[in-house]
Amino acid sequence: MTHYVLIGLGILIAVLTVVAALGLLPSLRIVPDNTHFDFTRFRRVSFPVSAALSIVAITLFFTHGLNFGIDFRGGTLLEVQAKSGSADIAAMRSALDTLRLGEVQLQQFGGPADVLIRVAEQPGGDAAQQEAVQKVRGALGDSVEYRRVEVVGPRVSGELLAYGMLGLMLAIVSILIYLWFRFEWQFALGAMIANVHDIVLTIGFMSISQVDFDLTSIAALLTILGYSLNDTVVIYDRIREMLRRYKKMPMPQLLNESINSTLSRSIITHFTVTLALLALLLFGGHAIHSFTAVMMFGVVLVGTYTSIFIAAPVLIYLGVGEHREDAAEAATPAKKSKA
Amino acid sequence: MLYFTRWRALGIVLTALIVCLCAVPNFFPEAQVKTWPAWTQRRLVLGLDLQGGSYLLLEVDGNYVKKERLDQIRDEGRRVLRDNKIGFTGGLTVRNDAVEVRISKESDVPTALSKLREMAQPLGGLIGSSGQRDLDVTDAGGGLIRLTPPQAAMIERMRKTIEQSIQIVERRVNELGTVEPVIQRQGNDRILVQVPGLQDPTRLKELLGKTAKMEFRMVDTSVPPDQAQQGRLPPESELLMSASPPPTPYVVKKQVLVAGGDLTDAQASFDQRTNEPVVSFKFNTSGARKFSQATQENVGLPFAIVLDNKVISAPVIREPITGGQGQISGSFTVQSANDLAILLRAGALPAPLTVVEERTVGPGLGQDSIEKGELAAYVGSILVIIFMLLTYRLFGVFANIAVAINVAMIFGLLSLLNATLTLPGIAGIVLTVGIAVDSNVLIYERIREELRGGRNAISAIDAGFKRALATILDSNITTFIAAAVLFYIGTGPVRGFAVTLGIGIITTVFTAFTLTRLIVAGWVRWKRPQSVPI
Repeated sequence: MTHYVLIGLGILIAVLTVVAALGLLPSLRIVPDNTHFDFTRFRRVSFPVSAALSIVAITLFFTHGLNFGIDFRGGTLLEVQAKSGSADIAAMRSALDTLRLGEVQLQQFGGPADVLIRVAEQPGGDAAQQEAVQKVRGALGDSVEYRRVEVVGPRVSGELLAYGMLGLMLAIVSILIYLWFRFEWQFALGAMIANVHDIVLTIGFMSISQVDFDLTSIAALLTILGYSLNDTVVIYDRIREMLRRYKKMPMPQLLNESINSTLSRSIITHFTVTLALLALLLFGGHAIHSFTAVMMFGVVLVGTYTSIFIAAPVLIYLGVGEHREDAAEAATPAKKSKA
Repeated sequence: MLYFTRWRALGIVLTALIVCLCAVPNFFPEAQVKTWPAWTQRRLVLGLDLQGGSYLLLEVDGNYVKKERLDQIRDEGRRVLRDNKIGFTGGLTVRNDAVEVRISKESDVPTALSKLREMAQPLGGLIGSSGQRDLDVTDAGGGLIRLTPPQAAMIERMRKTIEQSIQIVERRVNELGTVEPVIQRQGNDRILVQVPGLQDPTRLKELLGKTAKMEFRMVDTSVPPDQAQQGRLPPESELLMSASPPPTPYVVKKQVLVAGGDLTDAQASFDQRTNEPVVSFKFNTSGARKFSQATQENVGLPFAIVLDNKVISAPVIREPITGGQGQISGSFTVQSANDLAILLRAGALPAPLTVVEERTVGPGLGQDSIEKGELAAYVGSILVIIFMLLTYRLFGVFANIAVAINVAMIFGLLSLLNATLTLPGIAGIVLTVGIAVDSNVLIYERIREELRGGRNAISAIDAGFKRALATILDSNITTFIAAAVLFYIGTGPVRGFAVTLGIGIITTVFTAFTLTRLIVAGWVRWKRPQSVPI
């Protein structure tokens, strides 16, 4: 079935390509050519809203917490599939309850035959985890296929968490250093505010949705970081260019011009990334479901909003472009002598 | 920006072509690729999450290594003091990572110090030039002497233990007959074992979980086991339990007649009379001599075959065994006899290993993941391609060509690096498709802007490229930094994601700076356009 759909789409692409190459398609403008939307004025709304959302996210983090996966909490995770028919979760649960392994969660995962079993970390170190997984295998026997078994001992889980956090910090700091090097420090600071804002909101999302927070989530967070910055840098590049070209334009207007002129690109790019993520979300299977969901939230919703409504306007408060008058005057005589 | 010398254009096309061609071996069966020249044998490796298999992280018990060294120092120190007839009170005790002994007579302390110092060996063998030794002997005052193995010596010992363990683990894993297992050292005290295709690692864990320290010792018949259990144990003997149920106690002498290190071969076979599974073994020359001597002296007495401090069996010596070979019977099943033979052949581990992390993916899930990943990749790419065509028309065609080459180059580079493709890695590629078009979007939007600004077609295209490329570089470097950090901290699937993301960024920047420009430049030369259909 899917094959026919793919072949059909392939033919569609071929036809579209020929039509496009012959110049027969109408021109598509997602953003009208002369857009002059006053984005910076919205900072009076966007800043308080973002601050409030950040506080909500932090509160959620401390009250609800994150749903730590076994990478960070330790324990055992088994993904099993009933060999015939659908899985009898109740029977499995009662079989596992007799093992006295503490907290055991069973959850339908994907199809009716698939069950995800989580066993909390056992007291007694690494060997105890191994015993637990042996017991579970013994209790469920041969009636199920073991599609995935993961056991993470207490020491490794602690290290993975520490490494993950370290990586996140390391990424933020090294990106900042790069930005400081390429732009002025105000830009680096602006990007960092935007950065932290993104991460805080995404963590809030993970707290509400209670998706597993594991190594893959750290990967998602880092990717969100990378892409959100990617977007921010595109706007900053334009702001820098405008600062050089229009020495006397007031800052809010200059920022507006910069955002407006890169708006079409921002929207088109985010749309293509959304299309790619949507495909992953719908067809990529359960293993990367939470990964793409988090990414969708972070890259598409938060990332775009941040670069337009936070990263750019915040430059006003950081004093970017305040001393341009002096710079402009200093530059004029040099120009004259050159002429 | 739109002018390329012929050589440069050729160079760009050739580079892209060669990188794309690197992906070719992936499309042929592995057996066929094996017959090709060695330099072509580079291909993508499927991660364990896609092909199924087991990943085990083993930890060498550092405390065991330390305790063993301290015990060794204690025993050797006691021997040195006795040999030199130096009296001490209270015995030698292990305390705070050191061995302590109190010398009875103050006047003996200088002799004791110098004799004990002879125990120390230079660190790092003959080439060790640091002058450090593997034992510090200090006078703590009041007749107390402290023997401490220095930190550097313990680190060195740990390193050697890991190296030996890796060798033994390798031999044991290879005995399972698995395909291309990966065994690597990780960090200071860990060993990573990856076995593709292994569905149930239970047997592997059993094999790796045993130290397999094999000893032949005499059974102490002077005391019956039940009396020994009540505390009447001779000092030169110890109480050991049987390996097979029910647990039966044995009183076994501490002295080792022959150790497992003297075995040259071990095979599982069947006993000719009883037809039950046994393990037959062969000694090397020195082992055979020791064994024959011991059996000659002890005819009629039982001896114990001890594995990891458990008695496998305790047969009575009927006649001297001089041939240097024998067999062990001890209520084995075929499998357990086989496993014991493997363990004996592979040798004993210098320290116990614990499994600290285990991840196993069955082949069913792996195949599902490949299918789902592929489908998502196709659907994602098709959606992006259609969108680009609708948005940029002719230039959308250019962008799609560039993205297609980009993806081919990603596969080429991944194969060239023998990189591992994981499910998150596939996600990384899909995401790269979304992002690779961004470089085109940046260029095209800039061209549109320059056109609005009143430039003519060629000048707008030129300026569009010039201004967009700087931005493309800046924005991609930030994402690349994130990918690099991810590669550094990540393991397994996450690292696979970092690899595809990072390589995707490199190819994206390359394509934007060269191929896209080349295609557009070629079109401009051919058409000499008055207006840009963008």
